[in-house]
Amino acid sequence: MSHLPLVLASDQGTWWPAFERALLLRDANTLWVVLGVLSLGLASGTVGAFLVLRRRALTSDAISHATLPGIAVAFMVMVAFGLAGKSLLGLLLGAYVAGLLAMVAIVLIQRTTRLKDDAAIGIVLSVFFGFGICLLSLVQQMPDGNAAGLERFIFGKAATMLPGDTRLIGFTSLGVILLVIVFFKELAVLCFDESWAAARGWPVLALDFLLTGLVALVTVLAIQSVGLVLAIALLIIPPSTALLWSHRLPVVVIASALIGGFSAWLGAMLSASVARMPTGPVIVLVCAALFFVSLFIGRRGVVPRWLSRRTLSRRVDRQHVLRACWECIETTGREEVAISDLHSMRSWTTGELATLVTRCVRRGSLVRVDSASLKLTEAGRERAHRVVRNHRLWEAYLIHHADIAPSHVDRDADAIEHVLDEDLIVQLEHLLGAAAGEVPSSPHALGGSGGAA
Amino acid sequence: MTWQIYDTWVVIVGALCAMACALPGAQLVLRRRSMMGDAISHAVLPGVAIAFLVTASSDPWVMIAGAVVIGILTTVLVDFVQRAGRTEVGASMGIVFTALFALGLVLIRLFADDVHIDPHVVIYGSIELSYLDQVDVFGWSIPRGAVVNGAALLINVILFLVFAKELKLTAFDESLAASMGFRPRLVQGVLMAMTAVTAVMAFETVGSILVVAMIVVPGASAWLMVDRYGPMLAWTMAFAVGAAVLGHLAALIVPGWFGFDGGMSTSGAMAVMSGVLFVAAWTLSPRHGLIARAWARRQLALRIAKEDILGLLYRFEEGTRQGDEPLSASDIREALSVSRSVAVGALRGVRGAGQVTVVSDRLQLTDDGRVAARALVRTHRLWERFLWERLGLRPDHLHGTADRLEHFTSPSMIEELAEHDEGEDPHGRPIPPAGE
Amino acid sequence: MPTREPEQNVTTSPGLGPEHSPRSPLSIHDLTVAYDRKPVLWDVDLDVPAGELVTIVGPNGAGKSTLLKAALGLIPVASGTVRVFGKPMKSQRSLVAYVPQRESVDWDFPVTALDVVTMGRYGALGWCRPVRRRQKNEAMQALERVGLADMASRQISQLSGGQQQRVFLARALAQDAQLFLMDEPLASVDAATEQAIVDVLRSLRSEGRTVVVVHHDLQTVNDYFDSVILLNMRVVAHGPVETAFTPEALRQTYGGQLTILSEASERLARSSGVDHP
Repeated sequence: MSHLPLVLASDQGTWWPAFERALLLRDANTLWVVLGVLSLGLASGTVGAFLVLRRRALTSDAISHATLPGIAVAFMVMVAFGLAGKSLLGLLLGAYVAGLLAMVAIVLIQRTTRLKDDAAIGIVLSVFFGFGICLLSLVQQMPDGNAAGLERFIFGKAATMLPGDTRLIGFTSLGVILLVIVFFKELAVLCFDESWAAARGWPVLALDFLLTGLVALVTVLAIQSVGLVLAIALLIIPPSTALLWSHRLPVVVIASALIGGFSAWLGAMLSASVARMPTGPVIVLVCAALFFVSLFIGRRGVVPRWLSRRTLSRRVDRQHVLRACWECIETTGREEVAISDLHSMRSWTTGELATLVTRCVRRGSLVRVDSASLKLTEAGRERAHRVVRNHRLWEAYLIHHADIAPSHVDRDADAIEHVLDEDLIVQLEHLLGAAAGEVPSSPHALGGSGGAA
Repeated sequence: MTWQIYDTWVVIVGALCAMACALPGAQLVLRRRSMMGDAISHAVLPGVAIAFLVTASSDPWVMIAGAVVIGILTTVLVDFVQRAGRTEVGASMGIVFTALFALGLVLIRLFADDVHIDPHVVIYGSIELSYLDQVDVFGWSIPRGAVVNGAALLINVILFLVFAKELKLTAFDESLAASMGFRPRLVQGVLMAMTAVTAVMAFETVGSILVVAMIVVPGASAWLMVDRYGPMLAWTMAFAVGAAVLGHLAALIVPGWFGFDGGMSTSGAMAVMSGVLFVAAWTLSPRHGLIARAWARRQLALRIAKEDILGLLYRFEEGTRQGDEPLSASDIREALSVSRSVAVGALRGVRGAGQVTVVSDRLQLTDDGRVAARALVRTHRLWERFLWERLGLRPDHLHGTADRLEHFTSPSMIEELAEHDEGEDPHGRPIPPAGE
Repeated sequence: MPTREPEQNVTTSPGLGPEHSPRSPLSIHDLTVAYDRKPVLWDVDLDVPAGELVTIVGPNGAGKSTLLKAALGLIPVASGTVRVFGKPMKSQRSLVAYVPQRESVDWDFPVTALDVVTMGRYGALGWCRPVRRRQKNEAMQALERVGLADMASRQISQLSGGQQQRVFLARALAQDAQLFLMDEPLASVDAATEQAIVDVLRSLRSEGRTVVVVHHDLQTVNDYFDSVILLNMRVVAHGPVETAFTPEALRQTYGGQLTILSEASERLARSSGVDHP
């Protein structure tokens, strides 16, 4: 790896001025490239959101690989009819048709065999792509074949984007985004509950073809700039990133479009300003970096979830100690709580209990009377009061509203009032024979929490 | 074109590689993880590039080590993204392998002077050239591709024999496996490492496209052919070899049909031929093929139509008075509400079996036919009685249900139904007695 | 502050911590399982009595399957301990057989009924030891016991739902365990299959084995089982069917789902007075 600093060092002198030039779009060529990939990123992000929500992410893999034979056939047909084989529109048309055919093949395999979606996608992907490779090897034997540069569709060459290409990409992307806006409601229904949509008479198949068509369109636009493998990334990564921050559909779609657009823009900038940085892969790496950062710090990411889980489990532990203290006092009638009594209330080891007690002492809920017994402080008594009351009301709720309870119970809720409405709480208190705000008696025997009826 | 020793070796290398990939591939297909093959084969690129960079050599052991690392890393990453981000498994794979592939491409560009990897070769492979690169094995000069892929195949076969029941059990029922103390995730990890090693060993010689095809397609085709695990693996091997042989033949012959002088990409052609074999299995499989199933459906439709004709004639005879016109063939066709070809076939069937005679386009039951028809109508009315009495179906809902059930009633079921024989169906029509 | 007398069922002695009964085939203490913040099981305590047919009943989402999976160590638990015959599950796997829900596997998988049942012997074989004729014979005996010997070579998707369920049962029989944990073995099977399965369960009991069954049909609890665990996130009641399976306990478990309740209480009324073994 000793080469790495060398390269960066040699490029360091030219790096910032080049980036500045790119940033200010001084270079006409850069301008077209940036505009092209930006609109591509926006369109991919928008369409990709529905694709990922429909749980069909890898379908785009098959569609993009399947475009290769379409491109090759289109080239051969155009040459055979004496047209210039290089017409981008013609090649893209071929790619589009092949992409749709691939989709049809996937659906057919899934519907008429015992194979599942993964195998259907894998088969279509590899066989279509193999066919494309065969055709490419034939195209190269044709006069003009080598010059056609069809191979650029495999790896992509954004740097060669011409104003005409950019215009084509820009207008098509705009059209794609407009279509998504027009059919937003329909696509949303398709993604969330296909069977419901079908039962209510929505044209599910037609909507599926609309979505697939949009995916194929975006893929076809993307392959010539970022290549067919990385075109998939633009469809999958931005929505997956957005889903780590929100689960509200309009938010996800807009965020996904913005993430796609931003990654494309930044990637194009970086590749224009740093030597030997291929545009497509850099865009994808930017995209992936955003994803992995979000995976950790996103609202639904690893770190916030871990933190909230830790906070929760600590609080539940503390609540267990306080409740055990309260119940000890209830059963023994003495204010002092023996640690040995606490020990028998739950299945905690001596070490665990000692740690928990120390934590509670530090938070000012408990004070040590001597090495073997504890006392609730005033604050601790108040907290224990709330904890025990909540717990018993929840239990009462579970017992008396058992039919709906499992979906409503949130043991972590600080106060039961936050979840259940007041009338219900009064009713529960009444059931347990307690006055408002008081700790009701436990609905079951203390000591073990289950026990025979 | 004439077949040469060179062609034989191309086929051997292709077949060895195809079998090596198809074996773990069959397991991946059964586990609904076929696309892991695709993911790993793309993700291997940066692994190979980094291995190159670190060691500045193309020592095969370094490459294999890089592959094992990247294979396991891919699996772990996909798993991590799926769990940590609650991302769908397909999307997780898509994210991980495109990111790694992009990283590989950047590394190759960045260090183009040091890393001698041509991404095109990674995709197409150079199976056509494999004959040129020969190594000495016990005094024999053998193409390196054959040695490398043969070794991969050998390793896979050994692992499949040693872990036969573990692989089978964890693929079928993860929770049972875990409850028995077999560790499903460990087994899956071993399988992924196998796939990665196989893919890397194959890349140089045959290219990634063939690897991806051979991981998925032969296993999927085999699953359509047979219903048992061992035979399925055998069919997988057969499909893999078949694709290699037919692929090379196609690469030699097909371009000529269209006026090309040169050959065609052999790797590509092998992938396409695996697809052709898949389509063959899809349509022709004796039990699960499209044709077999269409035939079975047609036979069933014919049987039901024939039974309906008998029932129809019997009921008509029952309600007929002196002088009523007997039914004509077109009456029957109308009443059956099936396609014309099924109706015609069924009419021909009952006539051929001597159950119905046709006299000047008027249909009449023969004695044989009447016996069969009486049994059918009896079954129908016993069902109506049962559905009405025991399941409490409304009388106007009875006929349709009984109409379907009467065609699928075994003799033992009729015996059971006969316990409810009270002589009449819920509509008050007589239940014919059991005939001789 | 209200004070309450500790009741008799408190078996704990101060200072020693709660004990697991070493006699109990399955002893669960303080088990809490949560998916993220949502608790699924809540402080579950129970000792399954040895040599009985035990059923777990409760409404949808009450955590019945989760309880079995957590007991087997298939899902992580937030707190609590599980003991099988007094020892941790890890060292007692050979004593436990698990019947997952029928939907948990792909029935298109290329195996025959006999292959599936043979898998029951894999645990006893251990890693890497191949299957031999002996295991096949043992599997065949298990298949015979559920009355499917003539279906042995059928691919599993060609079996009816009830037959598939019996194959799963046979696989558990092949495990030759002391404790059977079964997740809805009687779900959507026909009456004949149900009877066949129940007969097998009874014969297991007569051999002194313990069977825990997640069950959905309240009407048959009285006829089929000795003990009942009423579960709705927490254990509402458990004990012998005669004492624990009361209308009051049912109401506490199922809340206002009146249709189920009225059916069940009708059934209870009918069966009261009938002696149970």
